[in-house]
Amino acid sequence: MLGKLSLSAIPLHDPIVMGAVSGSILLGLVILVLITYFRLWKPLWTDWLTSVDHKKIGIMYIVLALVMLLRGISDAIMMRAQQAMAAGASQGYLPADHFNQIFSAHGTIMIIFVAMPFIVGLMNIVIPLQIGSRDVAYPYLNAVSFWLTAAGAVLVMVSLGLGEFSKAGWSGYAPLTEQQYSPGTGVDYWLWAFQIAGVGSLLTSINFLVTIIKMRAPGMTLMRMPIFVWTSLCTAVLMVLSFPVLTAALGLLTMDRYLGMHFFTNTLGGNMMLYANLFWIWGHPEVYIVILPAFGIYSEVVATFSGKPLFGYTSMVWATAAIMVLSFSVWVHHFFTMGASPAVNIFFGITTMIIAVPTGVKIFNWLFTMYRGRIRFATPMYWTAAFIATFAVGGMAGILLASPASDYVLHNSLFLIAHFHNMLIPGALFSYLAGFTYWFPKAMGFRLNEKWGRRAFFGWLIGFYLSFVPLYILGIMGMPRRMVHYDNLAWHPYLIVAAVGAAVITFGVACQLIQLAVSIKERHAARDLTGDPWGGRTLEWAIASPPPIYNFAHIPEIRDIDAFMEMKENGAAYRRPEGYTDIHMPKNTGAGFINGALAFVFGFAMIWYIWWLAILCALGILVIMIVRAADDDTHYTVPAAEVARIENQRYQQLASAAASA
Amino acid sequence: MRFLGSGIAALGVTALLSGCDHLLLLNPKGPIGAEERFVLIAAVVLMLIVVIPVAIMNIWFPWRYRASRSGAAYSPKWATSLKLEVVVWLVPALIVTALSILVWDTTHRLDPYKPIDTGVKPVRIEAVSLDWKWLFIYPDFNIAAVNKLVFPAKVPLSFRLTSASVMTSFFIPQLGSQIYAMGGMQTQLNLLADEPGTYAGQNQQYSGEGYAGMNFKAIATSREAFEDWIAQARQSPETLDLARYEQLEAPSENAPVMLFSGVQPGLFDTVLVKYGMSMQTQPAVMNSRSHDMESHGMQMKPNTSEKN
Repeated sequence: MLGKLSLSAIPLHDPIVMGAVSGSILLGLVILVLITYFRLWKPLWTDWLTSVDHKKIGIMYIVLALVMLLRGISDAIMMRAQQAMAAGASQGYLPADHFNQIFSAHGTIMIIFVAMPFIVGLMNIVIPLQIGSRDVAYPYLNAVSFWLTAAGAVLVMVSLGLGEFSKAGWSGYAPLTEQQYSPGTGVDYWLWAFQIAGVGSLLTSINFLVTIIKMRAPGMTLMRMPIFVWTSLCTAVLMVLSFPVLTAALGLLTMDRYLGMHFFTNTLGGNMMLYANLFWIWGHPEVYIVILPAFGIYSEVVATFSGKPLFGYTSMVWATAAIMVLSFSVWVHHFFTMGASPAVNIFFGITTMIIAVPTGVKIFNWLFTMYRGRIRFATPMYWTAAFIATFAVGGMAGILLASPASDYVLHNSLFLIAHFHNMLIPGALFSYLAGFTYWFPKAMGFRLNEKWGRRAFFGWLIGFYLSFVPLYILGIMGMPRRMVHYDNLAWHPYLIVAAVGAAVITFGVACQLIQLAVSIKERHAARDLTGDPWGGRTLEWAIASPPPIYNFAHIPEIRDIDAFMEMKENGAAYRRPEGYTDIHMPKNTGAGFINGALAFVFGFAMIWYIWWLAILCALGILVIMIVRAADDDTHYTVPAAEVARIENQRYQQLASAAASA
Repeated sequence: MRFLGSGIAALGVTALLSGCDHLLLLNPKGPIGAEERFVLIAAVVLMLIVVIPVAIMNIWFPWRYRASRSGAAYSPKWATSLKLEVVVWLVPALIVTALSILVWDTTHRLDPYKPIDTGVKPVRIEAVSLDWKWLFIYPDFNIAAVNKLVFPAKVPLSFRLTSASVMTSFFIPQLGSQIYAMGGMQTQLNLLADEPGTYAGQNQQYSGEGYAGMNFKAIATSREAFEDWIAQARQSPETLDLARYEQLEAPSENAPVMLFSGVQPGLFDTVLVKYGMSMQTQPAVMNSRSHDMESHGMQMKPNTSEKN
C-alpha cells in the first residue's frame, strides 16, 4: 500500500537531521498558525496561490529562492565546519553518510532551487514591464512552471525528514547513481526533484521566448530592447535547447533505476560516459542560463547609477549572442581527464577560451559605462562594482581549467570549487541581489533600507574572499573536493579560514533578513511615489510602483533603447492620456497550483514506489490539463472606468510626490 | 575592506611560512608536472595583461567619477567609440589566440597516453580502482600491492587503468596529470619521477562512502631499492588469485597496505571484461581510442606501439 515507506524512513537516529526537521516543522506550524490567526487563508488563495499575474508569480519565485538560499547556506556552513574540524585524528562531527548528502543537496539546491527561481523571478517581474506588455504570453503556463519548481523544492525539503537525499553529488554521475551503488531513496529524491523542476524551467523558457519575440510594445525593435531583455532572450533560447537534454538524461537514468535498463550501468553494454556527456550538454549551457541575465542586471544597474547609457550596446548584444551559441560547444571541458584524444580536448579547450573574448568585451563595456559618468553609490551599485574585478579573477581561473594540460592537475580539486563559486557568487548571486534591491521598489512599492543593504554587501564580499581564496590555494596544494576527512595537516589552517569566511557570509545573510524586516517596518517612509526611485532609463520606471494589474493603461510607443529616459527628456513621460479603454486580463485559476501539488505527490509516490498513487496523480495532471484546455472563459475585462480610477490615483500620487519634493 | 586586506595578507604569509613545499602543483617532481606548472604560470601571466588593467579601472573609475566628487567630467550621452570597441574585442581575442597556441602545443605534448621517451624501458603498472582502495598490479614482476605504489625514479611509468566499480580519478599531484578509471573501460597514463621521494597519491573523483580514505603513498626509489622491494613483495605469503581478488573487491574503507606475491595471470583484463562484454561489443566511445581496442586483452609488451 505505501511502497517502501514506513516509520523507519524517519532518521530518528540522527540528532542533527532531527533537529533540522523539527525546526522546519515548527517554523511551518508557526506560519500556518499566523495565517489562520490573521485570517489570511482566503487572500493567500485568491491573491497569490491562484494568481497568474507575472508580478506576483515573480515575487513567489523570489520568496522560494530566498527560502531555499537559507537551506543551501545552512548546508554550506555545515560542510565548512566539518572540513575545519576533520583533520588528522579528528573525524569532525559528521559521518560520511551525512556529509555526502549535504554537498549533494547544497549543489542541487543552489543551482536548481536558488539560482533558477531567483533569476526566473526577476525575469517575471521585469521583462513584461521592460517591453511594455500587460503579461507574459502564457500566464497560466507561467503559474504551472512556478508550481512545478516549488514541487521540486518541497521534495528536496521532504527528503530531510523522510528517507535521505542523494549521496552522489549534484551532477549525479552514473554508475554511482545506479541501483547497484545507491540503492536507497536518496538518488530518487534527487532525480524527481530535478526532473519536475526541470520541466518547470523548460515551460518557463518557452513562455519568455514567445513573450519577448511577440509581445514587445510598438517601436521596440530587437535592437531597442533593454539589455536585460536581450540577455533573458538568450537565456530562454539556451533553456529551450538544453533542458530537454537534461530531461532525457534523467529519464534514461530513471529507466535504469526503475526498470532495470542499462543505459549507464557498467554491465550489459551500458556506458556512464554517455551520462556525463548528456548531463553537461545541459550543464554547461545551464551555467550561462544563470549568468547571462546576471550580465543584463549589471548592465541595467551600471547604466542607471552612472547616469549614462550603457557603453557599446551593440557590442553587448553581439557578445551575449556569441556566448549563447558558444555555450553549446564547450561541455567536454568538464571531463578532459576521461582519456579523450588531444584533438578532442584541444577543440573543447579552445572553444571554452573563446568565450573569454565576449565576456572580456562585456567587462570593458561596464567599465567604460562608468567612465565619465556621475556614479551614485546605492546598494545595487556596490554589488556591481565589486563584481567586475572579482569576476575577472574567476575568469582567469576558468581559463586555467579550460586548458586541458593545466586541467589535468586542477580538475576536481578545490581550485575548481573556488572557480565556480567565484563565477556563481560574485557573478550570478551578487547580480540577483543587486536586481532584488534595484527592482524591489517596483514590485513592492517601497525601497529597501540602504544601511542594512550595505552591511549585507560587505558581509557577502568579505566572506566570499575569505571562503574561496583559501580554496584556490588548497587546490594548488592538491586537495580534492568533497572530502569528509583528510590526513594532510597542511590543509587545515586554510580550511579554518574558509570556515570563518562562511561565518562572515552568514553575517551578510543575517543583515539581509534584518534589512527586509527593517524595510517592511519603515515602508511608509520609504514609499516610492513616483515609480522612478533611481532615475531609471527603461520602461518599467514609467509606471506606478507597484504597477497596476494591467501594467500599462496605454501601451507606449518606443523610440529609443533607453525608452523612458527618452520620454523624460522629450517631456512625454507622465503625460496624462485623453481617455482609457477596457483592458482584457487573464483570470486567476487554481489549476496551476493543483498541477504543482499533484506533481509533488507524483514525485513522492515514485520515490517510495507507491505505484497506485503515482498513477492516480499522473491521471489527475492529465485531467487538469484537459479541463483547463477546454475552458474558454479564461479572461475578464477591467472596465475603462476602473482603469481611469486607478490611473487618477496614480496622478494624484505623482502630484503629491512633486509637492513634497 | 581593511578586514579583507588583512585576511588575504594573513593567508599570503601563511603560504610563505609553510613554504612552497605544500603547494604541490608548484613543486612538481617530474617532467609532466613541471610542464603543467609552466602552463599554469604562462596562462596566468598572459591573462594578467587584461586582468590588471581591469582591476585598476574597476577601482579608479568609480572613485574618480563618483557623484559626490565635484568637478569630474560628465558625458551623459557618451555611449559608443569605435576605437575603444575595436580595442576591447581585439585585445582579448589576441590573448585567447596566444592561449590557444599554448593549448594546442601543450595538450599534444602532455597527452596522458603518450609514452615518455627516456631511452629506458618503462615500468608497467596496471591500476584497478576498487571500493575504496587502489590495486596496483606489476605484470612484469608478477606482484601486486594495495594502496602503495613503489617505482624507480628516473624510469618512465606506463599505467593502464580501469575500475571495478564506479568512476574514480587516479592522481599523484606532484607527478602531474590525473586520469579517470572507469568500469569496463581502459585508460592510460604515463608519468615519471625525477627524484626519489614519497608523494601523496589519491582518488580525485568522489566515489561514495569511503572516498576520502582512498589514498596511497607513491614512493619513488632508486633502482636498487625498487628491486629490493620487488624481492620483498615476492616473499609475501599472500597471492592474488581470482578468489582472493573477489574478496578484495568487496567494499572496504581505509584499507591497509597489502602485498601479493604472485598474481592471477591476466587479472587486469579479467576485470576489464567482467562486465559481460566481449572485445567486439565494447562500444566505441570517446576515450577508447582505437589502439586500446587492439591491445585490449593481449597487451603484454610495453606501450611502444602508441602513436604520438
